[in-house]
Amino acid sequence: MRFVPVTCEEQVEMLERVGADTVDELFADVPEAARLSRPLDLPAPMGEVELAAHVSGLAGRNVDAGRIVSFLGGGCYDHYVPAIVDAVVSKPAFFTAYTPYQAEVSQGTLQAVYEYQSMICALTGMEVSNASMYDGATAFAEAALMAARVTRRLRVVVSRTVHPEWRETLATYVEAGLLEVTEVDSAGGVSDAGALAAALGTDAAALMVASPTYFGTLEDLAALGAIAHDAGALFVVGTNPILLGVMEPPSVYSADIVVGEGQPLGSPMSFGGPGLGIFACRQEHVRQMPGRLVGRTTDVDGRTGFVLTFSTREQHIRREKATSNICSNHALNALAAGVYLAAVGREGLAGIGEACIAKAHHLEASLVAGGRFERVFGAPFAHEFTLRYLGDVAAMQASMLDRGFLAGLDLARVSGSAGGSASHDGLVLFAVTEKRTRAELDRFAEEVSSL
Amino acid sequence: MSTDDRSAIREPLTGTLIFERGAPESRCVEAPPLDVPAVSLAEALGGRVRTEPPALPHVTEVDIARHYERLASANFGVDSGFYPLGSCTMKYNPKVDEWACRLPGFAGIHPYQPESTVQGALELMWGLQEALAEVAGLPAVTLQPAAGAHGELTGLLAIRAYHTANGNPRTRVLVPDSAHGTNPATVAMCGYEAVVVPSDARGGVDVAALERLLDTDVAAIMLTNPNTLGLFDENILAITGAVHGVGALAYCDGANLNAILGKSRPGDAGFDVMHINLHKTFGTPHGGGGPGAGPVAVTAALAPYLPGPRVERTAGGTFTLVTPERSIGRVRSFLGNFGVLVRAYTYIRALGGTGLTEVAEQAVLSANYLKELLRDVWPLAYDRVCKHEFVLSGGALRKAYGVRTLDVAKRLLDYGYHPPTVYFPLIVDEALMIEPTETEGKATLDRFAEVMRAIAAEAEADPELLHGAPYTTPVRRLDEAAAVKHPDLAWRPPEEAGA
Amino acid sequence: MYPKDLKYDREHEWVRLDGDVATIGISHFAQDQLGEVVYVDLPAAGDTLAAGDSFGEVESVKSVSELFCPVTGEIVEVNDALSDAPEVVNEDPYGEGWMIKVKLADTSEVDGLMDADGYEAFLAEDE
Repeated sequence: MRFVPVTCEEQVEMLERVGADTVDELFADVPEAARLSRPLDLPAPMGEVELAAHVSGLAGRNVDAGRIVSFLGGGCYDHYVPAIVDAVVSKPAFFTAYTPYQAEVSQGTLQAVYEYQSMICALTGMEVSNASMYDGATAFAEAALMAARVTRRLRVVVSRTVHPEWRETLATYVEAGLLEVTEVDSAGGVSDAGALAAALGTDAAALMVASPTYFGTLEDLAALGAIAHDAGALFVVGTNPILLGVMEPPSVYSADIVVGEGQPLGSPMSFGGPGLGIFACRQEHVRQMPGRLVGRTTDVDGRTGFVLTFSTREQHIRREKATSNICSNHALNALAAGVYLAAVGREGLAGIGEACIAKAHHLEASLVAGGRFERVFGAPFAHEFTLRYLGDVAAMQASMLDRGFLAGLDLARVSGSAGGSASHDGLVLFAVTEKRTRAELDRFAEEVSSL
Repeated sequence: MSTDDRSAIREPLTGTLIFERGAPESRCVEAPPLDVPAVSLAEALGGRVRTEPPALPHVTEVDIARHYERLASANFGVDSGFYPLGSCTMKYNPKVDEWACRLPGFAGIHPYQPESTVQGALELMWGLQEALAEVAGLPAVTLQPAAGAHGELTGLLAIRAYHTANGNPRTRVLVPDSAHGTNPATVAMCGYEAVVVPSDARGGVDVAALERLLDTDVAAIMLTNPNTLGLFDENILAITGAVHGVGALAYCDGANLNAILGKSRPGDAGFDVMHINLHKTFGTPHGGGGPGAGPVAVTAALAPYLPGPRVERTAGGTFTLVTPERSIGRVRSFLGNFGVLVRAYTYIRALGGTGLTEVAEQAVLSANYLKELLRDVWPLAYDRVCKHEFVLSGGALRKAYGVRTLDVAKRLLDYGYHPPTVYFPLIVDEALMIEPTETEGKATLDRFAEVMRAIAAEAEADPELLHGAPYTTPVRRLDEAAAVKHPDLAWRPPEEAGA
Repeated sequence: MYPKDLKYDREHEWVRLDGDVATIGISHFAQDQLGEVVYVDLPAAGDTLAAGDSFGEVESVKSVSELFCPVTGEIVEVNDALSDAPEVVNEDPYGEGWMIKVKLADTSEVDGLMDADGYEAFLAEDE
């Protein structure tokens, strides 16, 4: 396929105007040794018909959620995406648009992002949200950097109940020594408040936790928030937005920064990306917040309009003093989230949350009753839970795969001990979304219990 | 001049928020009926039940469809018209790429699935790794970074890890004065000091100045080549040679890769690391600001430091995920912006090597052609053969008529064009950076040049007209100062706002 | 545009000396370069500054500039009115747009700064 509309004749005309005989003359300033003198060694081009067949072939060799019953979670979830979401996200005026720097011709993008920001504020209870970041993990890392800027302290305390990939991303971001990270082991699948308090001391910029945790358990955010603020640290809380229709938002516990993975809100799983990094904070800290920000204002004729604002925080102006080097947001995923939240509304979101929670509790009880799984944590859970399998996890998952199930996450394999001292051997993390039917849940429980 | 009064009777396309549409009883998608026993939320969640529902809109599907269609109508995209945006490579986004990433076999898979169930996805990623390595001339590729800036961070951290493993991370990174703002920002995030290298009269790196700045405290130089002036640095081999001479590494910001696909490879020019912007060079859509993807390609010496996991092909011909043995660690969750990777892979398989080379050739020809059409009215910053983009200066227009590049940009909107990149690079006064890309026809370029000349004539005849532009867009110039002084960053429900 | 009774530095700040207290702000040139000022980030009274230290930032919509103190001493007053009305810096840079007042340890420090003619010459050479 080719997307070059210039014809051979036109090329000749253009060369004439330029004063060159061949296009290669225009590359004369490339030193000989840097010139590629052979064709690129790539597969031959394809027309659309063959291309579609080839790509379909690759897609067809993957077992997708339509062909298997999935209980996989751990930060990426199989939720229903309403048809209207893709209809909107597929509009070329949205997806082929550039970053809205020229606001006069970008009001569509800008207003959609302003609406997204507003909805995130509504969900999280926070005063201001940015236009999104790459994913929950990078939003988490950026929250640590922001807390350091706000408090002028150079150490953060992180509970090991936070997703290991989020913690690893933070560790990579601070490898150059920007910040020190103190990780603290969990206790009983939730944060160890006493150990966290001790670790905070008087010089920590932030206490960073997530609820639900990586294990699906729910934290005592009241206690954790108090510990953070007593130590003069900011309280950074990770959340799963799909639950915020029924679950208390982190703002109730005086969170200073809220981050999360927004994929459940209208984005497909897509093998883990692109996701949607949710980032919200207090108005008083807006100047230290990373990422793009859309504000509402008026134009010269008094019309309401939207514009990228507080740009002086960003790299294109601040350069080496920027709050972050981030240049983009996941605008299209933010648009999807906005459409999703408008489509389900507060009642729909609450219903979806309730369905996820009720179905998860039904499955958990069935699995425990089946005798092959036991409870390990006493803490409550929402729609993800961890159980210990009384047998060989790998073998169980292989058998269940043959029977048409993705039987949760083998935590020992996926995350080892995730840096903590307790082993994750035998632990399996199950996620249940509103898409899982009673029949699927019961068949799974019955079959896995009879292995 | 004011907007057409005949349109004043019509409701504006934008301004009314989704929250202000619909009615309290309006619904669109409802949760499915519960087929398991209901649970007491308070019991299940141990309290923690939300007392006030979140203030989300109450709208029907028709409300949603109309609302976003109106917003889309107020938006300009590549499908609407020409974006001569320098350094952004706003080429056409093929729709077969959109179809591909939505296939259930790609959209409906989970990153933690057993490898045996996602061989197609892993093979696609491997194929993309291989293709990017071939284009870059650098053998090892990570697809993890989510954006160009993210790729820069990844690349520079790999450089740091390499130096640390060799005993000394070093302290400084050299950055040209024409660099994009992400470069020094990234340098700071990696714990290095950014030191500016001046450009010479030809627009390339001042090699003598560079050599004076090079010592064993320099970890790397970050260059864009062709640079942000659209010029290929003729001294590139000498530059990378000098850098290597002090044991430092050369980083290539791949934003301008579109100019040299199949013609020159950064690895062959002496670069050790580069990031690639899939949303520029490989035609994945910009999405109104993202998502993009910023894969990083490195030499074999740096391969062990890349983030993991990466895809490798086993002896048996299957595909598996492997984390490099001295990896800097992951820079995000999961594997990368897979949905974007699918689009780029599809694009590369469509074009093949010959197609990609043609891209560079046409991009460069079109840029040089457009440059010839404009140079007599808009002085060139550097009078040289350019690559895929060129920079004009609006300084003369400002001096003569008091019309700034900003005014020209806003007037272009009235003519139905997105403006070029403006005020960048910082080293050119009232800069206009123009990159036509290879997906525009000659007629578009001719017409654009005519329009630019018409605007220059307007600048002379009626500068006030330009100061007030645009006039025909959905909104006119916005009060950006008010947006900062009186921030309104989120809608609040009326009861809340009043409190 | 450049009051004769003031002194100026190369970073475009001005100083008005009254006994041993120096009032400091930014010059007409600086505010003109910035465009409409939307935010001024100032330190707290009680902080001490050395000549050449950065004491804050002034922001317009599209740019941000650091503020450098031309003298050494303790900050005795900060112009809080600028947080509600930053645009005063543009409207009245030498009067209501003042930023900080510093009690000098050594008033002769001010002699080393440029006078109005010297500053105008300095601006001209930059053109």
